[in-house]
Amino acid sequence: MDLSQINPLLLLASLMVAATPILLAAIGEAVVEKAGVLNLGVEGMMITGAVVGFAIGVNTGSPAMGFVAAAVAGAALSMLFGVLVLYLMSNQVATGLGLTLFGLGLSSLIGKPYEGMKAPSMAKWDIPLLSDIPVLGPILFRHDPMVYVSLIIVTATWYVLTRTRAGLILRGVGENHDAAHALGYKVVRVRLMAIAFGGACAGLGGAYVSLVRVPQWVEGMTAGAGWIALAIVVFASWRPWRVLLGAYLFGGITVLQLNLQAAGAAIPVEILAMSPYVVTILVLVVISLRGQHGAPGSLGRIFHATH
Amino acid sequence: MRAVKTLLAGVALAAGLAGAAQAQDKTKVGFIFVGPVGDGGWTYEHNQGRLAVEEEFGDSVETIYQESVPEGADAERAITQMALAGADLIFTTSFGYMDATVAVAEKFPDIKFEHATGYKTAPNVSVYSARFYEGRAVQGHIAGKMTKSNIIGYIASFPIPEVIRGINSAYIHAKKVNPDVQFKIIWAYTWFDPAKEADAAKALIEQGADVILQHTDSTAPQAAAQEAGNIITFGQASDMSDYAPMPRVSSIIDNWAPYYIARTKAVMDGTWESVSTWDGIGSGMVGIGEITDAVPADVKAEAEALRDSLASGEYHAFTGPLNKQDGSAWLAEGETADDGTLAGMNFYVEGIEGEIPSN
Repeated sequence: MDLSQINPLLLLASLMVAATPILLAAIGEAVVEKAGVLNLGVEGMMITGAVVGFAIGVNTGSPAMGFVAAAVAGAALSMLFGVLVLYLMSNQVATGLGLTLFGLGLSSLIGKPYEGMKAPSMAKWDIPLLSDIPVLGPILFRHDPMVYVSLIIVTATWYVLTRTRAGLILRGVGENHDAAHALGYKVVRVRLMAIAFGGACAGLGGAYVSLVRVPQWVEGMTAGAGWIALAIVVFASWRPWRVLLGAYLFGGITVLQLNLQAAGAAIPVEILAMSPYVVTILVLVVISLRGQHGAPGSLGRIFHATH
Repeated sequence: MRAVKTLLAGVALAAGLAGAAQAQDKTKVGFIFVGPVGDGGWTYEHNQGRLAVEEEFGDSVETIYQESVPEGADAERAITQMALAGADLIFTTSFGYMDATVAVAEKFPDIKFEHATGYKTAPNVSVYSARFYEGRAVQGHIAGKMTKSNIIGYIASFPIPEVIRGINSAYIHAKKVNPDVQFKIIWAYTWFDPAKEADAAKALIEQGADVILQHTDSTAPQAAAQEAGNIITFGQASDMSDYAPMPRVSSIIDNWAPYYIARTKAVMDGTWESVSTWDGIGSGMVGIGEITDAVPADVKAEAEALRDSLASGEYHAFTGPLNKQDGSAWLAEGETADDGTLAGMNFYVEGIEGEIPSN
């Protein structure tokens, strides 16, 4: 084994790319859950975002248009969930699972004509001056724009949730929807907006896979990333910066295991291949043992305004 | 052209009688695919074979197929369903369908089964595969000549003999023209997962590989290499010519159409019997895709000469002297590998670093 072959700079740079889809989906879901709604349909919204983003990207030749369309598609699909859960009071877990299955089927239907096509390429931003900084430059400042967009979304989410009145209301709705309702806040409207935000973020995450990371459309290509995003929200105790940490940790281990294999590490391949999942489970166990979950008080509970 | 080579003598049944009884209606041919037909690689080529069968026989055949059937328990359900749907002949096109195919075949003795790349036969189960390793030899030669970093990355799928043969063959021929060459191998444990294949290609490129060979089915590694620039790749299973002339400088093309047509015809005529077919470049089952101008003319000429000598049978891709990875002797000077050893190959040849994961 020769670990010196692994270039830590390149590893960190590719970690950011590998983690971006999960990061986007997870930050959206964190907001949804902060508002007290558990949406297990992340995978379905991601894959729908992946196919719609790819289709629009190919037809318009513009990846940016693809991302916009993916966000709209993810949000539209999440509204289906929102209406069912908030107005028809359906069970959130079952509805979310249904959304995932629906999204997987819908995406392969939409995607049929696009199989084997190439995506329009997205230019990387070589940020002038900053990208020339030794060490940090290549890691941080030579990515495609979506990596920065994802970081901006995390920052904005953190700011809105913790520093603004809107964020306070959203958290209030999530902690105790009856109290929020009694104070005159529109619980259903707040939740609907949170769900739309979550859907849009999941759509962006999916489109990142089909437009940047792979880049082509393939059935089922998100391959469980939505479920990892859900786990990372718990891992992060519903805090935006920890979502970033969790996503980069998972992305990092994923990339690291491939690099260790290529470097000929004397660790069985099977163990390397499962390591990202094992680490995620271990961290979740540790968090559960500590008992401090920080889960929103009304998470997953059905809200009925006539109480 | 070399005659179709039969490895094991099939058991001749009274298939003629059974075939004649159902000859009046359409012959129904089923295909079980491991990936989507749009993968641009392995499954795409099998589907081209299916379309060729439709074209050849027109209204007298009907073909059905199921895509993205997972290897394992679910495969048995999918194959059974196809048998119940009235298929007369079923092609199961991935190694992992082997046990499922044999199990279903036992329950439907009147239906003919053809399993790709496996080794278990039965009175109504044939196996067929192509000598992809002959194509790997040509790739190895080009790779050894073209690499500047002397590091060749290899995205492997599962540790099964077919994949190991490919690695060995490519390594032997790269080493022959470039003694300093080193192989870095990543086991992806999937035939088809574009995100993972792309990540694997990127990891190899970051560790200095400037040639990427793949034994997975999607074009994702080609896209990753194109983005990185100055990396060469080879189309796998299909020509992948969308990525020519760079990074894709050549390819191995699987051509199943003649075989599928011949076997469908045999079922129609009632002459089908269980056989084991293993054809290479000579018969056209393995094609070498056009070598692009990114390869210097002299290297291209050498590669083509190698291809032709493999096709004529004058040269065998596994010709001694060759040692196994642990240094023990395998083939003596001038000796060639027998098909039995190749079919069950579970060792690296000398010089490859790392261990084969236990399967």
